[in-house]
Amino acid sequence: MTTSIHSQDSFWQGVKDCIPTLLGYISIGLAFGVVGSASGLSIFEIALLTILVYAGSAQFIFCALLLTNGPATAIIVTIFVVNLRHLLMSLTIAPHFTQYSLLRNIGFGTLLTDETFGVAVTKHMQTGKLSGKWMDGLNITAYSFWILSCVIGAFLGKWVATPEKWGLDFALTAMFIALLILQLSSVNKSKIMHYLSLIGYMALIMYGLSYIVPSHVAVLLATVIVATIGVVTDK
Amino acid sequence: MTTSYMIWLIIGCALVTWLPRVIPFIFVRSIQLPAVMLKWLSYIPICILSALVIENLLDTESQSFVTLDWPIFLTFIPTVIIALLTKSLSITVITGVMIMALVRFFV
Repeated sequence: MTTSIHSQDSFWQGVKDCIPTLLGYISIGLAFGVVGSASGLSIFEIALLTILVYAGSAQFIFCALLLTNGPATAIIVTIFVVNLRHLLMSLTIAPHFTQYSLLRNIGFGTLLTDETFGVAVTKHMQTGKLSGKWMDGLNITAYSFWILSCVIGAFLGKWVATPEKWGLDFALTAMFIALLILQLSSVNKSKIMHYLSLIGYMALIMYGLSYIVPSHVAVLLATVIVATIGVVTDK
Repeated sequence: MTTSYMIWLIIGCALVTWLPRVIPFIFVRSIQLPAVMLKWLSYIPICILSALVIENLLDTESQSFVTLDWPIFLTFIPTVIIALLTKSLSITVITGVMIMALVRFFV
């Protein structure tokens, strides 16, 4: 029993728990590399963007804005808004790591993504805790595969066929669906109706907001609104 | 080839994506979050995950009004069922991708 608890916390368990997300990282990373080179970025620039920004949606938007010759300030502000949701994710995860050093906490935050966040909150729901070593295993695996995939995509450039044709663009959506179902299935039975009603509100609010703001802003606003509805309607 | 403008632009983008990620990790250490805030944060995972799923289900571009993205929605339904039945991340992702490829092939 002791060994199984220990192994659940280990670096290698983190690596293992990252594996289901890798198809998402690899397919989106390859696609980004291809799009980046098609947008006129050099392999060095693609690698630099991938290593320093490390956020799929932001990197795609960077290319799109670069192609439309957007001013630097517009690019930076847009990227900031697109990734502001990480503030909420980081706020959710950070309280579990207060016993670790400042430097390690900066490390956990630096490598936080939608996917690692989803895997971490699911792990926390299932085991009731999160360990630093496990988080490092998860984060470093995801980060390495993302960089590798983006750079390989950049090399493949125009030779790779459209990843959409093979359904690979759905890998991320499928992963979010699975993470959502895993979250819901670990929710207390008495609260399940409350959570389902929140998802209903989410659908309505996302739909409404989609008319007014870009979808990445809608995700951010809808999350803030629905989490507030959650607190207000909580019994 | 790479201009210094491009390097600074990438560094600027890196900075604005890095700060929201690390700031909570730096400050949560020294302050105790109020109970209502923690309660609010407990809803964030389900909210963000459902928002990201719904974002992908909506087609905001091809028509003047927002509709469901039908190929994605057709794939979404069986993927949810598979996720419910298997509770497995890997199986859901792999079958989801295969169903999407099939849907794209036929639709």
